[in-house]
Amino acid sequence: MNFKTNKRVPFVKHRKKFFLFSLVFTLAGIILLSTAGLNLGIDFESGSKVEVLADETLTEEEVYEQFAEAGSGYEPDDVTLAGDNNEMAYASFIGTLDQAEIAEIQNYFVDQYDNEPSVSTVSPQVGQELAKNALISVLIASIGIIIYVSIRFQFLYGVASIVALLHDAFFIIVVFSIVQFEVNVPFIAAVLTIVGYSINDTIVTFDRIRENMNETEEIKTFDDLAEVVDVSLNQTLTRSINTVLTVVFAAVCIFLLGGEAIRSFSFALVIGLIAGTYSSLFLASQLWLVWKWKSLEREKNKPKKEDPEDLEPEV
Amino acid sequence: MVKKSRIVAFFVIIALLGGIISQTVMDTAKGINLGLDLQGGFEILYEVNPAEDGSEITEETLQATVSALNQRVNVLGVSEPNISIEGEDRIRVQLAGVEDQQTARELLATEADLSFRDVDDNERLSGEDLEENGASVGFDQSNQPVVTVTLRDGNAFGEVTEDILNDYSPPNNRLVIWLDYEEGDSFAEEYQQEEPKYLSAPAVNQPLYHKNIQIEGNFELEEAEFLAEVLNSGSLPVELEEIYSNAVGASLGEDAMEKTIFAGFIGIGLILAYMMIYYRFMGVVAAITLSAYIYIVLTIFNWMEGVLTLPGIAALILGVGMAVDANIITYERIKEEIRSGRSIMSAFKSGSRRSLSTILDANITTILAAGVLFYYGTSSVQGFAVMLIVSILTSFLTAVYGSRLLLGLWVKSRIFNKKPRVFGVKESEINEL
Repeated sequence: MNFKTNKRVPFVKHRKKFFLFSLVFTLAGIILLSTAGLNLGIDFESGSKVEVLADETLTEEEVYEQFAEAGSGYEPDDVTLAGDNNEMAYASFIGTLDQAEIAEIQNYFVDQYDNEPSVSTVSPQVGQELAKNALISVLIASIGIIIYVSIRFQFLYGVASIVALLHDAFFIIVVFSIVQFEVNVPFIAAVLTIVGYSINDTIVTFDRIRENMNETEEIKTFDDLAEVVDVSLNQTLTRSINTVLTVVFAAVCIFLLGGEAIRSFSFALVIGLIAGTYSSLFLASQLWLVWKWKSLEREKNKPKKEDPEDLEPEV
Repeated sequence: MVKKSRIVAFFVIIALLGGIISQTVMDTAKGINLGLDLQGGFEILYEVNPAEDGSEITEETLQATVSALNQRVNVLGVSEPNISIEGEDRIRVQLAGVEDQQTARELLATEADLSFRDVDDNERLSGEDLEENGASVGFDQSNQPVVTVTLRDGNAFGEVTEDILNDYSPPNNRLVIWLDYEEGDSFAEEYQQEEPKYLSAPAVNQPLYHKNIQIEGNFELEEAEFLAEVLNSGSLPVELEEIYSNAVGASLGEDAMEKTIFAGFIGIGLILAYMMIYYRFMGVVAAITLSAYIYIVLTIFNWMEGVLTLPGIAALILGVGMAVDANIITYERIKEEIRSGRSIMSAFKSGSRRSLSTILDANITTILAAGVLFYYGTSSVQGFAVMLIVSILTSFLTAVYGSRLLLGLWVKSRIFNKKPRVFGVKESEINEL
């Protein structure tokens, strides 16, 4: 893959389409999240999860019946089957079971299947705290990144990389709303991983833009600036593709071959990696381009405004 | 002009590295503690409330609770329990590999506050009157298991029994033995129940001036042993309320672990193969440094006695990605420099130098994010952050300096002079200076 000047990928030319696509996606995502919402696991909603392991294949009806047999009032709000032969079942209850209820259920299933079911419970505050802390962390980290990038680069690079970062995290959340996979603690880890990857990816591209900006003599028109961005993106394109490909190898392998428990986690990783590459190539740099041009234009007009003697007669 | 000594040095380093890794990697891998999500087990987060109204939860009461819980966990025979204080009033108990969750739950949360009361629920003797470690299991005449406890003061028990005899007439001449008596519990009510909350309500027929007493309660042997152990591990100074628990079946955890390790091997194998095909000789160097990276991360993690969880694996994957990325950035730079017409030697030097600042910026921003996550996150997010920081630092060392050292030995031997194809650059792509 050698991108010479004559066969460059015209990233900047189509920037408005990318902006429009991301805007539409974001709006659709907000609508989707406010209607369909997320399939929150009990990590985030008050509830209990009972993990039943049987010797034989189970069906959903059977599991509901078994719970009804175990005692009055045990009606799972959701039952999902797992395992190679559906010999496992996860029954979730909204609202926490107390210790006596847990014991009753466990005793019943020990008699039935000779296997003690695992019971997990969570009160709403714990899950919400976890999500809240993760969110606060991401926001604070974003501010830290803006500060660091502003010192090392320029303020606008920092803002654009944070937009890319939030875009990628939001993208995963929306996809999870579409497919309605369960959102649990590993999901948060996946989103955080993508946040890390997204920063890394965007900064590498920005580094090249900055370098090329230093080497460019003078920027007079928008096209001059666009040229720098286009060249930089093309110079780092091979690296971007190779890097994301290698990481996607790992994530897809874990998705296909890893255990059931890790599947939604690795799915989130794959989605996030794609979003991360997209945002670095098509979103962050183009946003920076537009903003940078505006600030350059403002600077050009500045000297007039700064000189009060020049200004006053006009007023 | 080829300096063979450098190439020899390269192979010596590889041989040493290969030797160390192959000798110790299995021990390292086995030494890593796996989280509950990977090996199965049981985790409870308790909110600690004062046992009596008005008292406050202090650092000391939390510490005392943790040591009491530690003793109790020993009863379960858990090899490496992890009991930690979280925030101001929470205690997280992680029991890896526990099969019997029900017993664990009971054992942990039982206050073990033994009290002796009359039928009107007035306290006559409390848990504090018990001798430490004085509880054991015995058998009565009909070979029924009983729990024997030793009191500190035989006279006190004698007086209590005498008082009962004076104050009450049959059938109310009882000394009711309660475990974890709570405000509102009443003997009169529980007496009607099929399974009363109190342990036993023996009748007192004569004053008993001795220290050893028996608690009978139609126990099964296991129940009696459980009770004795709980009493010996002391009463909890606080009330524990379960606010979160997470249980992973051992078989499920093991299954996840095996499959994930297998998938990880395949994934890393693919990455190495891709690097070697795309970057030729440089890819081989990348493969060597990546192997070293994974080995070093696991070793450091072992030293830190970290617990590897699913989020930890996520951080490891991200670290692999960043290590690969650092290699790719450097190699792409070197290729660019070769294409621009520089000699292999100077392309290597300037490529390494110019890629360094890029890698540094990318890594520092990610470490910054990881640091914030560590500071604000709770247990699993923190684990992720720690693993991420270790991964980034290690990947920086191996992918930047390791790669530079190994590749430098070959480049400086001059064996590759005028051989850009080794670096995946075609002669036709090179611009004349």
